[in-house]
Amino acid sequence: MRRMANKTNLTVAFILLFCGLTSHAQQSHIGHLVGSAKHGKALYQRYCIFCHGSQGDGNGDSAPYLDPKPRDFTKATFKCRSTPSGDLPLDSDLYDTITRGVHASGMPSWRPLLRQDRADLVAYIKTFSPRFQEEPPVAPIQIPSEPPTSPDSVKRGGQLFQSMNCGLCHGKEGRGNGPSAASLTDTRGYPIRPFDLTSGTRLKCGDSDAGIFRDLTTGLDGTPMPSFASALKPDQIWDLVHYVATLRAAAK
Amino acid sequence: MGDGRRMKNAGRLLLLAIVFASVRPALAIPAFARKYGLPCSACHTSWPMLNNFGQTFKDNGYQLGNGRDAPIYQQPEYWPITFRVTPQWHRESNDRVAVDKVAGSASSGQIEASVASSGFDTSSIDILSGGTLANNISFLVQPFISNGSSDLAQTWVRLDNLARTRWLNVKLGKFELDEPISQERNLLLSNTGGSYYNYFFTPPGDRNFVGLGGNPLGLELSGHSENDYTRYSAALLSTFPSHSYSGYANFTQSFELPKLGLQRIGVYGYLGEAPTYSQTSGGAPIPGAGLGNRSFYRAGAYGMWYVGKFDFDTFYLHGQDNVFLGNAVPANQPSALPPGAAGPAWNGGFIEAHYTYNPRLVLIGKYELIRMSRQANPEIRSDLGNLDNWAVGYRWYPIMNPRAGLAWVQEYSRVLNAGAAPLSGRDDANSSLLMGFDFDF
Repeated sequence: MRRMANKTNLTVAFILLFCGLTSHAQQSHIGHLVGSAKHGKALYQRYCIFCHGSQGDGNGDSAPYLDPKPRDFTKATFKCRSTPSGDLPLDSDLYDTITRGVHASGMPSWRPLLRQDRADLVAYIKTFSPRFQEEPPVAPIQIPSEPPTSPDSVKRGGQLFQSMNCGLCHGKEGRGNGPSAASLTDTRGYPIRPFDLTSGTRLKCGDSDAGIFRDLTTGLDGTPMPSFASALKPDQIWDLVHYVATLRAAAK
Repeated sequence: MGDGRRMKNAGRLLLLAIVFASVRPALAIPAFARKYGLPCSACHTSWPMLNNFGQTFKDNGYQLGNGRDAPIYQQPEYWPITFRVTPQWHRESNDRVAVDKVAGSASSGQIEASVASSGFDTSSIDILSGGTLANNISFLVQPFISNGSSDLAQTWVRLDNLARTRWLNVKLGKFELDEPISQERNLLLSNTGGSYYNYFFTPPGDRNFVGLGGNPLGLELSGHSENDYTRYSAALLSTFPSHSYSGYANFTQSFELPKLGLQRIGVYGYLGEAPTYSQTSGGAPIPGAGLGNRSFYRAGAYGMWYVGKFDFDTFYLHGQDNVFLGNAVPANQPSALPPGAAGPAWNGGFIEAHYTYNPRLVLIGKYELIRMSRQANPEIRSDLGNLDNWAVGYRWYPIMNPRAGLAWVQEYSRVLNAGAAPLSGRDDANSSLLMGFDFDF
């Protein structure tokens, strides 16, 4: 009898968990905003479909003419995240990307859209991949407070830049012209260029020091840019951030 | 009021309605869609009407700000050209036209009769070239061809984001005023319904033809917030090249209402001077040598309200002209003013509703009115110049992609001009029925 009750409880728990995950996938939660996939669908068709495609696979009518190619939502692989490498992004990560746009790509900033609309779009984008139904949300990485920048910190960061082989892609001087640069591809096989850190242009996932720390920690999924979370300690990542900041400051 | 004058006024109203509708250029620019790979619907609620994303893009100087705006990032063969044509069938009807009792006999006397005509037409052809010359330098050139003649609707260059702030942009040239509700983006096309009469209105007997709707020459300073919720423009204009200048300003604030979304409200004002007579040569006026400037102003408020799939544009205007302008009397001949003459004043407004079923289908309804509150000459009947206009229609967009747009349009509109019948002085009504394709590429 008890066995049967346990089985029933398990079934109920599974159903609740499944419904919860499904419901979560059909919604987005960004602060106090709750996005609806139903509303997001109409918005997607109005704003996004010609690049990202009706199936969300990045094969919209305009895709052949765009470089870099539009994101394939069915893979649920996103560059700009606050979650560890390989994990799903937070809803707020997707929301921030929609709001900010992706510099030097066809993706503009959609800040002029209502906040609710952007939240609805996030909810709909999540429906393209079953991962959002199957995997529970992951906690974001922690970004420790930034130590003050100093010549020593920058120097250490420069040494890490060399020792971690950043120059292979980004070039010795961070100009995006390392020996591997010409042969890099993203996970879909499209050529991809390493970022020219000296160009002074905006970074794809945000320009703040904390943002660069986050990118170094999480990596940019779908690209050759790896996560350094296990290879470097937070203080070392900050050193690297300070060094990168000097490259960018020199350009300005 | 004499028959001749009444006829003149009625004729002027009809002429203005036809002229404005037939030469009204409109802005929907697939060249931008081609440049960025975005569909029409990204920038337009229904083209050519802008949504907030499109308005932001326009206010940014036709830039998305994604690092791909400068022409250097485009394929060399990219050519920022768009043209727009509206092949159509339309029927025009005027309820009260002075016609000869016996056709062909001028001596047979005249009666008022209804006159209607119909046929196929092509409207004007708008050609638009716009975009960026470099980062933060934008331009637009907009010639149009209408009835065998051509002209420039707009031609300007704009310096964007001066001092690295979006609050400082300077435009120089011939441009559409930053109108409260853009008449160039009107969804309606018919002769009697395709224009905002308030933007062009001139009171009976007035010689000041300046309005919000003309594209003047001048210098415009403008700015906006990042999401375009707050925006302003201030322009110095020389509508009349006669040492007279006008000033125009518009301020808009948008806000979000829970469950309803974005709402826009704004105020605007147009203050200036216009000449009342001109220097002459051999008795003929010398173009551009106007004298005796007298003042005019137009001011009001507006709102754009969004309720689900409905949106409503509401507009109010108060206008007033100086007594010399209002009576078409040179300012150096004050004795020529009729007894009791005054500066004409009027109020007007419209409400235009759109129901966007989806980006491919929009239903449209408009009601517009103008009411004279003071005539320039007390001899003029108090309601002459009053106007009521309504229009209904729909636009269906079977093609709306990053290359081109095609809409099927059907609409009916009617305008009632108080006291404008040429012989009887009764109210006169004109109506238009239109159906056709509206396409741009």
